[in-house]
Amino acid sequence: MKAFRVEVRVMPRATLLDPQGRAVEHALHALGFDEVTAVRIGKHLVLDVTAPSKDEAAARARAMCDRLLANPVTEDYSVLVEAA
Amino acid sequence: MRRVAVVVFPGSNCDADTLHAARAAGCEAYVVWHRERDLGQADVVILPGGFSYGDYLRSGAIARFSPVMAAVAEHARAGGQLLGICNGFQILCEAGLLPGALMRNAGLRFLSRPVSVRVEATDTPFTCLYERGEVLELPIAHGDGRYAADPRTAAELEAGGQVVWRYVRDNPNGSTNDIAGICNAGRNVVGIMPHPERRIAPVLGGQDGARLFLSMEAGHATQHAVGVRAVGDRHPGV
Repeated sequence: MKAFRVEVRVMPRATLLDPQGRAVEHALHALGFDEVTAVRIGKHLVLDVTAPSKDEAAARARAMCDRLLANPVTEDYSVLVEAA
Repeated sequence: MRRVAVVVFPGSNCDADTLHAARAAGCEAYVVWHRERDLGQADVVILPGGFSYGDYLRSGAIARFSPVMAAVAEHARAGGQLLGICNGFQILCEAGLLPGALMRNAGLRFLSRPVSVRVEATDTPFTCLYERGEVLELPIAHGDGRYAADPRTAAELEAGGQVVWRYVRDNPNGSTNDIAGICNAGRNVVGIMPHPERRIAPVLGGQDGARLFLSMEAGHATQHAVGVRAVGDRHPGV
């Protein structure tokens, strides 16, 4: 077994209203960052895991996302695995 | 007398009010801790409001994996009556027992105030003593109350008459189609964001929520008793 660091990015689906992102976008505009055209806010989870291989670690992480870490109704996720 | 199980999760905070409301309606209500695996031959199961597991990750996301939830899902699968109020509604959506999801209020603020909702469906175990189109005043208390469903799911809910309550005059959280509560296709599983248990007596500011709990008993009477029981001057609608 090897140690891996799994980074999971969970984002609200683009078609759904993200009120947090919109509030931050407004705040950035108020600070003069007029170049910002959209902000969306999601979650970043960092998991330390052990697995026989990088592929297996990624497959397990996707299973975790499907069951718990992301809501399939409202969120999309991506998984990044690196050797720890 | 219906046996009503009120499930308590770590962070539930409306369990005592819900228990009281069910008892006031004549039910035999009792508490079931979330680590239990047995619902005690419940006729009705209620998941109360609160902040189970601190709303960590997503509201209801962790509670849905509590040991008791296998029995709750089995109860629903067998056609048993199941109600989720506020956080309970969030848990039912996370568990896939109701479609859609509850997301952060469009205005971001936590909202705690009375709202007006219209009863859209009276053919559920929890609304049979209301009249269709009746407008109720019930309090909300939520930060993640925006019911969201994709257009196809929303259309199915509308076509199937599964929207049970709808906000009128003012949609407090930006929910899809002004939805405040829904039921499943089988109509035995119901979720509502406002708090009917907080409006069951004039001393609480109103009693528009009382008939939800009386409906549980009345539906039972219709099914099992010889005569249909009247509550006040109203007769059960089913």
